Amino acid sequence: MRPLVIAALSLGLASPALADWQATLDAARGQTVYWNAWGGDARTNAFIEWVGEQTEARYGVKVEQVKLTDTADAVTRVIAEKAAGQTSGGSVDMIWINGPNFRSMKEQGLLHGPFATDLPNAKYLDLSPGSSASVDFTTPVEGYESAWRLARFVFTYDSARTPEPPLTMAAFVDWAAANPGRLTHPAVSNFMGSTFLKQALIELTPDPSVLQGPATDENFDAATAPVWAWYDALRPNLWRQGETFPENQSVQQQMLNDGEVDFGVSFDPASAAGAIAEGLLPETARVFVPEGGSIGNISFVAIPFNAANREGAEVVANFLLEPATQAHQQNIEVLGSFSVLDPAKLNAEEAAIFAALPSSPALPALEDLGPTLLEPDASWMTRLTEAWAERYTK
Amino acid sequence: MSLNLTQIAVTPKAGRPLFAPLTLVISPGQVATVMGPSGIGKSTLLDAIGGHLAQGFSVSGQAVLNGQDLLTLPAEARRVGVLFQDALLFPHLSVGDNLAFGLAQSVTGRARKEAVDQALEQAGLAGFAARDPATLSGGQRARAALMRALLAKPLALLLDEPFSRLDADLRAEIRRFVFDHVRAQNIPALMVTHDASDADAAGGPVVTL
Amino acid sequence: MKPQGRALRAAVLILLMGGFVLPILAGFGQTAGAAFGYLPVLGADSLSLEPWRALFALPGMATSLRLTLVTGIGSTLLALVLAAGFCAFAHGRMTASGMARLLTPFLAAPHAALAIGLAFLLAPSGWIARLVSPWATGWDRPPDLATVNDQWGMALILGLLIKEVPFLLLVMGSALGQLPLRQHLAAGRALGYARGVTWVKVILPQVYPLIRLPIFVTLAFALSVVDMAIILGPSNPPTLSVATTRWFSAPDIALILPASAAALLQIGLVLGAVGLWICAERILRRVGLWWLRRGGRGHPTEPGLWLASTATATLMAMGLAALCALLLWSFAWRWSYPDALPQSWSTKFWLSPGKGWGEALKTTLLLGLASTALSLTLAIAWLEGEDQAGTPRAGWATALIYLPLLTPQLGFLYGLNVVFLQIGISGGMGAVIWAQMLFVFPYVMIALSDPWRALDPRQIRAAASLGASPARRLFAVKLPMLLRPLLTAAAIGFAVSVAQYLPTLFMGAGRIATLTTEAVTLSSGSDRRITGTYATLQAALPFLAYGVAFLIPAILYRNRRGLLGTPT
Repeated sequence: MRPLVIAALSLGLASPALADWQATLDAARGQTVYWNAWGGDARTNAFIEWVGEQTEARYGVKVEQVKLTDTADAVTRVIAEKAAGQTSGGSVDMIWINGPNFRSMKEQGLLHGPFATDLPNAKYLDLSPGSSASVDFTTPVEGYESAWRLARFVFTYDSARTPEPPLTMAAFVDWAAANPGRLTHPAVSNFMGSTFLKQALIELTPDPSVLQGPATDENFDAATAPVWAWYDALRPNLWRQGETFPENQSVQQQMLNDGEVDFGVSFDPASAAGAIAEGLLPETARVFVPEGGSIGNISFVAIPFNAANREGAEVVANFLLEPATQAHQQNIEVLGSFSVLDPAKLNAEEAAIFAALPSSPALPALEDLGPTLLEPDASWMTRLTEAWAERYTK
Repeated sequence: MSLNLTQIAVTPKAGRPLFAPLTLVISPGQVATVMGPSGIGKSTLLDAIGGHLAQGFSVSGQAVLNGQDLLTLPAEARRVGVLFQDALLFPHLSVGDNLAFGLAQSVTGRARKEAVDQALEQAGLAGFAARDPATLSGGQRARAALMRALLAKPLALLLDEPFSRLDADLRAEIRRFVFDHVRAQNIPALMVTHDASDADAAGGPVVTL
Repeated sequence: MKPQGRALRAAVLILLMGGFVLPILAGFGQTAGAAFGYLPVLGADSLSLEPWRALFALPGMATSLRLTLVTGIGSTLLALVLAAGFCAFAHGRMTASGMARLLTPFLAAPHAALAIGLAFLLAPSGWIARLVSPWATGWDRPPDLATVNDQWGMALILGLLIKEVPFLLLVMGSALGQLPLRQHLAAGRALGYARGVTWVKVILPQVYPLIRLPIFVTLAFALSVVDMAIILGPSNPPTLSVATTRWFSAPDIALILPASAAALLQIGLVLGAVGLWICAERILRRVGLWWLRRGGRGHPTEPGLWLASTATATLMAMGLAALCALLLWSFAWRWSYPDALPQSWSTKFWLSPGKGWGEALKTTLLLGLASTALSLTLAIAWLEGEDQAGTPRAGWATALIYLPLLTPQLGFLYGLNVVFLQIGISGGMGAVIWAQMLFVFPYVMIALSDPWRALDPRQIRAAASLGASPARRLFAVKLPMLLRPLLTAAAIGFAVSVAQYLPTLFMGAGRIATLTTEAVTLSSGSDRRITGTYATLQAALPFLAYGVAFLIPAILYRNRRGLLGTPT
């Protein structure tokens, strides 16, 4: 009964919207979309600039990247605009978003939508219930954000300096004991820092299936006890005895490059290959994933409820889902982040574009990455970071 | 026309008048002298007549020149020239531009340049028009300052210890130069000084505050 | 007294009240409301102390507070001691213009650029370590030492000192210019007091009242600095200002309430620290008088002065090295530990202005020129109004000028942004220029006031007696004679504008990208070479402005010896 209702609902929403696409294209022409996106990665910035060139040529939609230090800055701005009663003509047209920021905005009614399921290129996505493009950190997407790029948690390292990296999160304890001061992770207030903890949580917790439901006072202590035992053993041998941490993964990558630590973390399997090409890591840099796989999620774009250039933002979101765009993005010389499209939904011609992409020794094949582990429910991350802060922030 | 000072008194805010009310008539071409101990308010008297009184002082009485009470006019409209103990040539302007500063705007073009050149020649500064005032000697500066004041066609001149910074030789020379010009222009002048020889040389009435 | 003076002053005052004081108060009001639980958009509409409870329950709060006080008060105190020592040492050994030239790079370099360079200089894998490794230290890998982002905030204090000592030296220099220094020193030494003791007993007590407000500005700044503390300070927990900025932008938007409370706390902290400072002044005054009256001729203080001067010189050397490091990085391709210089070079980052810095440079120039020109006009109007009215500046007027410099930016910027949104100007160049002027105007005003007042009033009287109207006196006499201080004030204003981070970020809705916002954003990335390009430009612009301020009068007035004195 229920799937039927959902199907009917989605059909009911989809068909008039598809018919309206031409109207959206017309309205979008001449708009400039202010895309609020974390600006700490030069390759991503260059990709966004390329997107702007393409959409301007094809649809007359300009893209202006608002480079954020933290995605939450854009969220704060939308809240401030709502506080000021500005319900239209807002300054944020599109946000690169996922996880807690998305949940927070969705719950506060700060998002425009549903729109994502109505985009013509949504047909290339696997939007079946429970698929990674329809659930964001266990929060149902429900058309309020549109998939953009695939993220997989990986470690980066210098194979010349560390020929044999540890193969599990648990093994890091012995490795750090043998190499004190050479391991760290981004600050836990940062998204990558909390992902490092979540990766350990999934590996160490007695019953990983609990993590797909909300964290509660009852289940939290039991589920996380092994993580704290592991972390207590690890911490004394962390860089600076685990008293301070790099602000984010980029800073940590710089430390890896400087030789201050031996591992970086990234949500982009192509990060090592990309960084080598940019001269930011030595030629011998590689990535690895713990045995048993690593956390994966999808980065989305969302449109605030008061966006001034909503139609333009929809056009850009749709353009991002073009197979050619996704292939360009997966190109190691461009961005090297894996496509979010469902390979089964591509025709032969479209699949060929992906097959023709260049490769690099530092770029792992999809099969090297092992299985994708689902993100725990967002409540786990919130609780985990709070508990971590209480334990280790003096 | 003469400068008629009637019952002029300067009073600081919340205080007694600085000196007894002054009444004095200065005829055209005459140099009157005001003397008195330091701090009695000699310079303040000149400020009051010239329109430069600092905030906190008020002036009473009348200073009539050319049928008008000066005390009711803004400084720039009084047509009263001032010479200080320093020449105070504007450092950003050439000597010639300094002199031209006081010329009426109605004097234009060649006439302006000629007026300046003529004044420079009278001051023994012919050919100095383009010079930096900072490169002039003390006597040259004093003469240039007088010519600047006179080119503004003042109806009266105030002299605030104008010779006190000059050494003895120069002093007599400049004094003569200034007084000669006052007489030639036939305007009244009021001088403040410490030096009795200045008063003697002026030859006009002497008032002690 | 004089009607035209009154009208001008009224106009300036209305502008300042409407443009400066009201927005700050309104912004402060918004923040205060949220701090006590009133932020309707989040469904918080009843007053409560809950945000404060939540704030003090946040982990690491006590450490953050302690860290803020230690770095803020510590750096100010140290800066004062070092500056006083260096001043005593350098006086008579260095000309005023030589001193000004020495200080210019440090005054001009924005905090963020300096911090980025310094972080690289000091890091365990940084330039200093590279220069001595491994041949002298045996470090074939960078050691695990806390040389930046240390728990005690030492690196942050060091960074603050590099900016604060030159600033205090500058204000001390201009204060000393108002004293008959040579005579007092001679008199002191003739009475048998050593040079250093004469400084402490005779000169400093006279200088101190003249530099008190700048010291408070320094203190307020050090207690609330954000960009430098992000780059050099510890991160777990960080200083209160960084923590507050983080809470304002945390994914959990309910944190805006405790963040607002923290912003208020920040203001309280500054007020408390200033209060503490004033208490300490009183005590020191008593102790000092007792010590003075004893008439001790003291021990030779030369060693102390040497120490202070060596420390100051070391600070300056580190500052210069930090700026050089930025420049080197901007031309590097690969530069890894332990090479003392880059292994490979590239001009890629400089040759592609279209990919970023070109636009940011244009925006920075536009903002800087506009906010400086407006601030300078306003400052001239204010000072001319004072002249025409013939009244000296009232205490409240001075307080008004210093208000934006003494109030932590976080305390009102978030609220101000809400106000700007309500009147519909947020996110535009106008809003950013306005917000920047809150900080540019006070500095321009402070820089211009003393030279303006030092102008010989008899010169203006001479002009009036030659028939010049007030307008002609202003434009034909005062402004040309004040050309050098005017341009210096403009250069300072421009440097302040270039360095603004939070106001540009908040009021520009993130859309207005300047060299500073880009450099700070990039400093949280992994590419020192691009960061180096931005930071070099960011540091170079104010430096150029100072250069222009020095050159224009020198060329224009090359034949005017009377105006080529020491730079003010």
